[in-house]
Parts: sequence; C-alpha cells; structure tokens
Amino acid sequence: MANLKVDGQLIEVPDHYTLMQAAEAAGAEIPRFCYHERLSVAGNCRMCLVEVKGGPPKPQASCAMSVKDLRPGPNGEPPEMFTNTPMVKKAREGVMEFLLINHPLDCPICDQGGECDLQDQAMAYGVSGSRFAENKRAVEDKYMGPLIKTVMNRCIHCTRCVRFTTEVAGISELGLLGRGEDAEITPYLERALTSELQGNVIDLCPVGALTSKPYAFNARPWELTKTESIDVMDAVGSAIRVDSRGREVMRILPRINEAINEEWISDKTRFIWDGLKSQRLDRPYVRKSGKLQAATWEEALAAVSTKVKKAGNKVGAIAGDLAAVEEMYALKGLLASIGSGMTDVRPAMSGIDPSMPRSAYLFNPTIAGIEQADAILIIGANPRKEASLINARIRKTWRATNLPIAVIGEQADLTYAYEYLGSGFETLTDLADGKGAFAETLKNAKRPLVIVGEGAVSHAELGKQAGRDTIALAAKLATGANVEGDWNGFALLHNAASRVGGLDIGFVPHDGGVCSADQIALAGKGELDVLFLLGADEYDMSAMGKAFVVYIGSHGDKGAHRADVILPAATYTEKSGTYVNTEGRVQVTTRAVFPPGDAREDWAIIRALSGAIGKPLPYNSLAQLRASLYAEFPHLAHIDEITPGSAAEVAKLGKAAIKTKSAPFVSPVTDFYLSNPIARASATMAECAQMAAGLRQAAE
Amino acid sequence: MRAGQLINKLLLTEFVTAFFLAMRYFFGAKPTINYPFEKGAVSPRFRGEHALRRYPNGEERCIACKLCEAICPAQAITIEAGPRQNDGTRRTVRYDIDMVKCIYCGFCQEACPVDAIVEGPNFEFATETREELYFSKEKLLANGDRWEREIAANLAADAPYR
Repeated sequence: MANLKVDGQLIEVPDHYTLMQAAEAAGAEIPRFCYHERLSVAGNCRMCLVEVKGGPPKPQASCAMSVKDLRPGPNGEPPEMFTNTPMVKKAREGVMEFLLINHPLDCPICDQGGECDLQDQAMAYGVSGSRFAENKRAVEDKYMGPLIKTVMNRCIHCTRCVRFTTEVAGISELGLLGRGEDAEITPYLERALTSELQGNVIDLCPVGALTSKPYAFNARPWELTKTESIDVMDAVGSAIRVDSRGREVMRILPRINEAINEEWISDKTRFIWDGLKSQRLDRPYVRKSGKLQAATWEEALAAVSTKVKKAGNKVGAIAGDLAAVEEMYALKGLLASIGSGMTDVRPAMSGIDPSMPRSAYLFNPTIAGIEQADAILIIGANPRKEASLINARIRKTWRATNLPIAVIGEQADLTYAYEYLGSGFETLTDLADGKGAFAETLKNAKRPLVIVGEGAVSHAELGKQAGRDTIALAAKLATGANVEGDWNGFALLHNAASRVGGLDIGFVPHDGGVCSADQIALAGKGELDVLFLLGADEYDMSAMGKAFVVYIGSHGDKGAHRADVILPAATYTEKSGTYVNTEGRVQVTTRAVFPPGDAREDWAIIRALSGAIGKPLPYNSLAQLRASLYAEFPHLAHIDEITPGSAAEVAKLGKAAIKTKSAPFVSPVTDFYLSNPIARASATMAECAQMAAGLRQAAE
Repeated sequence: MRAGQLINKLLLTEFVTAFFLAMRYFFGAKPTINYPFEKGAVSPRFRGEHALRRYPNGEERCIACKLCEAICPAQAITIEAGPRQNDGTRRTVRYDIDMVKCIYCGFCQEACPVDAIVEGPNFEFATETREELYFSKEKLLANGDRWEREIAANLAADAPYR
C-alpha cells in the first residue's frame, strides 16, 4: 500500500494504482479522453494532467504515472498530488485549446452532440475562445463497414478504438498512421471491420468521429427515454439500455455488468433495433381456404379453441429461442390443463435429458469465473459466434494468463491462440482416455474449464445418445483428480436466451410427452392435431404435415408462414419477461415501448386462450403469474442471482457409459447476424451478413 | 385657493385649454392608421410568423440539430431527422410547428446555430381553421422564401447588437 495526499487529503491506495485511480479513490475528478479502465494506458490526450509534489516539477499525466513513481519528502512526508491548483487549471485549458484547434465546430450536426466527452469537458475545463486563426486540418472520412460511420475531422487521436480492436476484439484492423498533424486513424485498406464487437468503438469514441451508421441523425440523446433491460440475442444475457422515443426503439446501448458483459455488447445486440420495427405481426391472422387472412382476436382465439377442444391431449408446444419464462410457464400450464406433456424448448435431438440435474445444462463456472480458469477446452462451439462476450472474456483471460486453450470441433478464428485437437467425437473420446498432450494439461489443471457447445450436444441425425455421451465425456474431463474443491468447470454454452429458463421450469417432455423433433414427426404422421409454436422458427416447418399450427410470436418468419393461426405477440423490448442466461442467472427485461397494433404480451395471449378453451389459468395479471411461478420454482425469484448447480452431480454425469462411436461437432450458429427472427427482419443485420459472407464489398 | 378657482371658472380656463388641446389633435398628424391599407412600423426584432430560411444557393439552412425543439418551452416544435437521400447530409424529414401552442418567445431563433428558423415580421396569418395553424416544413420553407428579403434586412439591422 502507498500513502499519498490528494488535494491535501491523505489516502492509502494499493501500490499498482495510478495517480488517476488514487484521485478517484479520494473523490477528485480528473478529466480524460484516452484513458479507459478496460484498455491499456496510452497517455496521449494529456487531459488528465495534475500537479505533483515528490515528482517532476511539471504537470504530469495522471493516467500514466504510478503512485510509486512519487518520492516521499525529505522528512518522510507522503508525496502529494493536486487536481485543483492554478497550474492544473492552466494545463487543462491549454490542452483543451490544443484539442479544439483541429476539432470542427459541427456539434449541431454531430450525432455525439449531447453525449460528447469533448463537449462536456470543453464546457467544464476549457476556455471560451481560441487563439488559433489559421485553417483547421481536413481528414478524409474512412470506410469501416455498414455499422460505423466515420467523420475523421472530429478525431482527437485518443486511440481508444485502436486499443479496443486490438486488445478486446482481437482484430488488428485499425491503426494510427502518420505523425503530428498528419496522424490519422485508419482501417488501412478501406475494408469493413470483421469483429462482432466493433459497435463498442462507437461508445468508446469520446468525440463524434465514430458514430453508429444505422442510427445516423435519427435522434438526440435528450429526447430518448432510457429503459434498462436485458438482451436476448444469445444466452449471455448482456445488460442493455433500450433508448426509445414515442413508440419506437431508437437504439440499444450496453450497461455495465461486471459479471456478464463488463461494458461491451455484441453487434447483434446493438444493431438489432431496426428488426423490431419491420416484419412485425401486428394483428391476428387465421388461415382460410389456404390463405392467411387478418382476423380479430375473438375469431383467432375461437379458431384455436375449437381445434384444441377437438384434439384432446394430442397437442404439442415448442418454444423458440426468444421465449421468456413467463409465457413458457403459462403455455406449459395450458397444455397440462388438457392433459398433454408435450412441451419442448430444446433444439432437435438435444442430449440434454429432462432427467439430468440442473448443473448438466448450466455454464457452471460462470462468465466472470472464466478468468479463474487455468485451462480451457472448447467442444463443438464457436463462442465468437454463439456468445461473443464469453469469447471476449476468454480472450481477456488468455491475454492475462496465457492459459492453454484447445478446441474440438470447428476450426475457426476465435481471436486467441488455441491448440486444435480434432473435429469430432473420436477426438473427445481419445482425450477422455488420456491420449495426447492436452489430456495431460487438463488432468493437471486445478481449474479446468470445459465448454460444451450446443453443436456438440444436439445431433439431429444421430439422435440423443451422441449428445448425452458428449455431456458425459465433457463432465468427466471437467472433474479431473486435481480439480480444486469448489471449482465446477463443466460449462454448457447455450445459444438461445430461452433455453435455460425453459429447462428450469420443465418446459421439456413430461407426463408421456415427446421431444420437439418427435412432436414434428408425430404431426407429420397426423398423430398430433395442434402444435403451438411459441416464437419457434428454427425447426423444419415442412415436416409438420396437416397439424393445426398456432404461431405465437412477434415476427413474420418461417413459423408464421407455416401457421394456421397467428397470434401476434411482443418482443423482448415490449414486455417484462424473465430470462435465465447460460450461467443460470435470472434476469428480467423491462418494457421500453408498447407492442405494435393489436399485438399483446405472450403470457396474456395464452391466458386469454385458456379462457377460450374453457380451462382458465389461475392468474389474471403478470404479478399473479409470477407469484405462482416463484412458488413452484423458488430460484427464479432471485433476480440477478445464480443458483449454482452442484459439482458432485457433474462428476456423477461423467460416469455414464459411452455408446457413441463418432459424431461431428458443428456450431449451430451458421450465420452470426441472422440467428433469430428479429435479426432476420433487420436490414442492418442482412447487410452485415452479406458482408460477412463476402457477397458484398465496400460500397463506398 | 377659493379665489383662484373662482377666477378659473369665470374665465373658462379649462374649457379653453380643452378646446385648444382638441384643436391641436384635430390639425396634428393622425396616429390612427387605415389598417389593412396602412401598417405601423415593425421593429427588426419583432417576433411574428415563423419561417425556415434558405442559403442564397437555394439549399435549406436547417441541419436538424434539434436545438429549437429542445429549447421550445411550449413544446410546439416536432422534428424528425435523417440522412438526406441524395447526399447523406443531415436534414429534417419533418419539421412541424404547432402555431397554436407557440408562445412567440423567440427562443427557437436564438437557439438556431445557422439562422434557419426565424420569427419573421409577418403578423397577419390568421386562419379560418385550426388545422391551418399546424405548420409543416413545406409551409415554413415557403414562408422563408416569401419573407427572405425582410428577414435578411431585419437580421442585418439587429446584427450590431448581437
């Protein structure tokens, strides 16, 4: 620990602290542009200058000077730093004047206006005029792809974007070329950035040099209503802030949640919002003589209830990737009331068996826990596509500790170095048998982390046993002899937000029900009369035969095309819904806007339907539904908390007999940008997908 | 005191003063004007009907910064913005002023960084229906085109005091 005085106040801070951190600890505010807690220190904006006693007699950049760099006085007095002396004030004013020399005065047309660090700090620390009468420099704008708009005149060369892309995103596609007045931030070749985290540079940019292209000129920060919510694009459950104006979602920004997304979000999360406005189902539809026709709620509910009453218990339900716990709970209740247990939230032929304990389908070590791991094995997953922020966390750990990482499955660029072991189940068997160098590494690891992707667990062609065996082998590898007592390294990486929630409330086949693939097969054979699709679009719609398909969802996608009745529902920004992320963390979204047209919240649709069928569910409000839900599944009442799975159960899983010989591990996310109905409705995402597939080159 | 009053009464002083006062106004310049045909002087700072101005080359001045919308105390202004189709510059898609809500405070023209929205010298825009007072962007630009000469003269006249 080091002692020092900040503005005369004596404080004690850890040795590794910089002067800026010490000042923050003492409550003194220091302006900054280039410094960012999660990036390396650059020290090039000079805005954080402070005066020190016990160091050089000139102003010092507080972000780049350690508290240990200051000497104590001759009689052992603690070193001092000052943040409010005339020298500091003059230094800040000088730096600000220099920064504004080449910064254009185009705040009125700048999208950063109103939330701009430079604007705020110029008001707080700058002077009113400039002595610079010459021409300002002009820099050509750069092309960085369909997501980031650049106005390079505004750049102040803080290099936050360069450091973010190289350090966090793991792509070296941005750099600073030239010196002095010729310095320019550039993507070198005028190519689109290839990172799935690139949107974060928009937030990082302290000025308006990098702004959001889809959001360009759309709104001002002061006219937006901010709603704190949870993302459902993947199973990570990033903390987001939904900015809306009137009935429209204007943009989505990250919130800080150290346990999940730190302060980053993926591009899919950030730029999905235009998909919330297009392809929406805003009124009920009923298929009449082969064509979907607009109908009233009464007609639609009557059409469904007639069919359901006739079908007896030959009714199935499949929940899609974006379904919240509440509506799955309601739908499960509805099916139970007519004697059917055919509910499923898993992809076709998932190895996750309803009989398995909770720890078999959780990311047990937790996302923050990745940083404690000392060896990582990734089985059949491409975390970069399936859970970009988990990939960023792995990269962060890899950069900090250079831990050994191995991959079985797809050989993809994951932004960190890994040992590629093989592509399928055989390699996993070999590894579990102790063959190969990495088997040794895993065995010696105290905190091994075994990530199992959905691609390794769900094998549509091979059936369920292959997935079960993968889970068993992974569990075996995660529970080696040297593993520390409280470490649970078995991590199932889901790729849909609904998955863990659905598994938690038992939205899986029960009481004689069958799984999603079998439901579709039964429907094809005519043995299942009514099939509910709760936003389920990722299944084979052509195989459902003559079954009466009821689609409850928000977007006109595959499911709605096949449906016989469409009941329009709300998206995650339009309802308060509980989602359990892949770690098992219970989180709740908040309603930012109302659903369009006649669309209603999902649980309310199911409640109304239960009334139409004549078996009303025992709740009339979301609060009552939640009370009933929490009574049945108490752990869901603990919002923002994880109820951990048990390590002993994972060890038990690992003892199962292996029957599978070979199975391929392919990541289920083939196209990162188009993995759910909202993304498929988004023009921005379509453009990104085309870019990623190489179908489109730089248009500018 | 009483004697003075008596003298005034006898000499009809008040009557005579009143007569001369009346005569002075009778023969003096007339302050009333024949309104629709004659109009009084209007200050360059007069805040009348709004107008959106253009640059001399015909380009609209408004850059959709939304500062007028933000400052408007009556929340009479509604703006929607976006990149313009042909050149991608920042423009308004919609610029509405509800003239019924407007309190003619002039904050919008004070806030405008490009002198686009101004309150012109026109005060004769009474309408027969309420709807006609919901000004759209087209209406405001047309106002600007019609009043540009007067607006520019007023701004130039007021410029030394700004």
